[in-house]
Amino acid sequence: MKYDLVIIGAGPAGMSAAVEACNLGLSCLLLDEQPRGGGQIYRNVGRQTPKGKELLGPEYQAGLPLLKAFELSNCKHVAGASVWQISAQGEVFYSVAGTSNAVTAEKVLITTGAQERPMPIPGWTLPGVMTAGGAQILLKSPGLAADEAVFAGCGPLLYLVVWQYLKAGVKVKAVLDTTPRSNYLKAAKEWRAALAGRSYLKKGIKLLRDIKSAGIPIYKEVNRIAAIADEARSLGTVSFCTPKAELQIETQHLFLHQGIIPQVNLAMASGCEHHWSTQQLCWTPKVDDWGQSSQQRILISGDGLSIGGAVAASLRGKLAALQVGYENGKLSVQQRDTRGQPIRRLLAKELAFRPFIDTLYRPAEQFRKPVENEVVVCRCEEILLKDIKSAVENGCMGPNQLKSFTRCGMGPCQGRQCGNTVTELMADLSGNPVEETGYYRLRAPVKPLNLSELASLYDEH
Amino acid sequence: MMNTETVDVVIIGGGIQGCATAWNLAKQGISCVVLEKDHVARHASGVNAGGVRRLGRHLAEVPLSQRASEIWPQLDELLDADTGFKASRQIKVAENEADMAMLSKRVEDVRAMGFNHETLIGQQALRSLLPAVSPHCVGGILVEGDGSAIPYKTTTAFARAAQRKGARILEGHPVTAISSNGNGWEVNTPQQTFKCQALVNCAGAWGDKIASMVGDHTLLTPTALMLMITQRMPRFMEGVVGAANRPLSFKQFHNGTVLIGGGCQGFADRDNNQAQVDMHGLARYAKNACAIFPLMDQARIVRSWAGLEGVTPDKIPVLGPGAKPGVFHAFGFSAHGYQLGPVIGETLAALVQNNPLPFSIEPFRYNRF
Repeated sequence: MKYDLVIIGAGPAGMSAAVEACNLGLSCLLLDEQPRGGGQIYRNVGRQTPKGKELLGPEYQAGLPLLKAFELSNCKHVAGASVWQISAQGEVFYSVAGTSNAVTAEKVLITTGAQERPMPIPGWTLPGVMTAGGAQILLKSPGLAADEAVFAGCGPLLYLVVWQYLKAGVKVKAVLDTTPRSNYLKAAKEWRAALAGRSYLKKGIKLLRDIKSAGIPIYKEVNRIAAIADEARSLGTVSFCTPKAELQIETQHLFLHQGIIPQVNLAMASGCEHHWSTQQLCWTPKVDDWGQSSQQRILISGDGLSIGGAVAASLRGKLAALQVGYENGKLSVQQRDTRGQPIRRLLAKELAFRPFIDTLYRPAEQFRKPVENEVVVCRCEEILLKDIKSAVENGCMGPNQLKSFTRCGMGPCQGRQCGNTVTELMADLSGNPVEETGYYRLRAPVKPLNLSELASLYDEH
Repeated sequence: MMNTETVDVVIIGGGIQGCATAWNLAKQGISCVVLEKDHVARHASGVNAGGVRRLGRHLAEVPLSQRASEIWPQLDELLDADTGFKASRQIKVAENEADMAMLSKRVEDVRAMGFNHETLIGQQALRSLLPAVSPHCVGGILVEGDGSAIPYKTTTAFARAAQRKGARILEGHPVTAISSNGNGWEVNTPQQTFKCQALVNCAGAWGDKIASMVGDHTLLTPTALMLMITQRMPRFMEGVVGAANRPLSFKQFHNGTVLIGGGCQGFADRDNNQAQVDMHGLARYAKNACAIFPLMDQARIVRSWAGLEGVTPDKIPVLGPGAKPGVFHAFGFSAHGYQLGPVIGETLAALVQNNPLPFSIEPFRYNRF
């Protein structure tokens, strides 16, 4: 079966693109890992109780009409599908319930969204330490939220999740805010951007006020956070410093967060070129105004492109669909551009807020690049900072060579949890620019795949 | 004016054959330079399966392979480096009586040549050596004393050892032209010109291109050979396993990961230096691995890759002198040149000096096709 467009990911970008593409008369298939549409941001949006709706907030509810429109569209939706490779020939390989499939696509739109930036502190691999995103998934899945947790880091999502825990009646022990003091001063210079996003700003201020008035202790300008094990080798204590004191809190749960970055594994493994964003401190795919990547068949949109939030993702998804419609002959160049214009205006408005947010929540160096030699950088292969230092001393120049030297980044996560750290670390250690230092050369399959699953592909032929 | 330099020998290609040749020449006091267009071990010599195997070789290759197997166990010491070589066994599995008959004939042929490293084994022996093997397998060929090593480490170990003996290895030096100057050869790269008496072509998947630059025309297909590796599993086997009647090369590393290959091809793009996997071919590997080792069913693949290699029509290398004096070829090893590296280095060093060889290389002449 050949489709005009295969979309990967059912978040706001993927669903919007699907609706738009189907309206243009394109044959369209959407592959997504989750059982239902919504992506991470609108996870389970169609299945919340009134109480759940209330605590997850109105922005979460905004996903509902989009989900409805998507479900009503002609787009074929395969849920529970894990995409593990896109070939240069336009074959998209994916698995559903242990069986492999391949479909051919004229164009592929990658909307694999964002992931949390790794925050490699001492003890971050202990049982009991998770990410704030993980904490939110627990909350969106009824009855799983963790009590008496400590939240540490910076970024809007951190406070949103704390607030959601609060509304759900789950006790939060403390918030450790790592935003450096200097960020506030720099962010103040982006006042125009702040003004453009005043509706977001207002919501943020309300969240903070709610959290404070609930009596949750908030420590500011926190640095040197460490997770310390108890006798059972699980998290027992969190130690940290504020400008005034060295403190410890006993807790079973620590949720870490340093903002989100594009999830680029699929795009990179498909050969799309990327560059280093100095504003968001992450790798982002090189695309044109419509989301067309360096690979002729592949477009990319949503937060997998650069972090802009759900509304921007949805708008970018539409733009990508217009471009595919144009290339497919459904739209003239004028029609494409005319339809694109109002979308671009909204997008520009939506993104105007980013410089403020990116400056305010720019993660401190010590939480992007570990300082202590014994800190684990690569969780899968248990590679410590000192191992990487010694590889660089022995002439290792970049992340790819580091794989040969140490096996760093060669485990099942394919570098998702260490790639960003390793890039920045190696640039520092070797004195080369980040862009030049590069990233791991990624290999298919992008998702771990059972041999029997892969073998099932052979049966077809 | 471009820098011109005179050396005894120019070696084209920084793979295992080129680096081993440089090491052999340099330690005999012959000045040489290796011109590598990318970096050492960038292609087949860095990304192959690392099997050090005599088992199942083309009969013409058996004497060379036998000689190489004598060098491998001493290689770490000779090169003063860690090549990752581990002696172990190689087994080729027979799945039915027809396979068994074919393998039995093969062992007889090798014995008739005076070599007895290959032994036929029955079902019971097979199961005791490979407890995880599928019950339907009936026997196989066993070779003790083969093994495996780490390709990238081996090739760079040859390169470093050669450098220590005075050889020069120039990376990022693609050969752009070769001309005869009446009294030897002139080799150009964008950076430099080299004058030499002898020219050794170890250009792997690009071997035919270099050969045609000196007027020797031969047949070579650039091929993308694929491998994949699983996440760590409890140890369940020793050695390297193949199958009589399926493309399969199967090995569990000491860290528990399992490497699966077997000669299926991906997409080769020689002009752009690229090799890409073909999932349908990897699916065949997966099927074959599960057939021989049923416990692999739920093993997770974490990575696959492809490397560029030159394959000849009869799948044995081009090895020996070219038409004009002072030219020697060694390429087109057709996915089984790694084990031969040490002996190819010796052989080319002997050829360059016009020394006699202990075996015939007649079957490998460049113009046999």
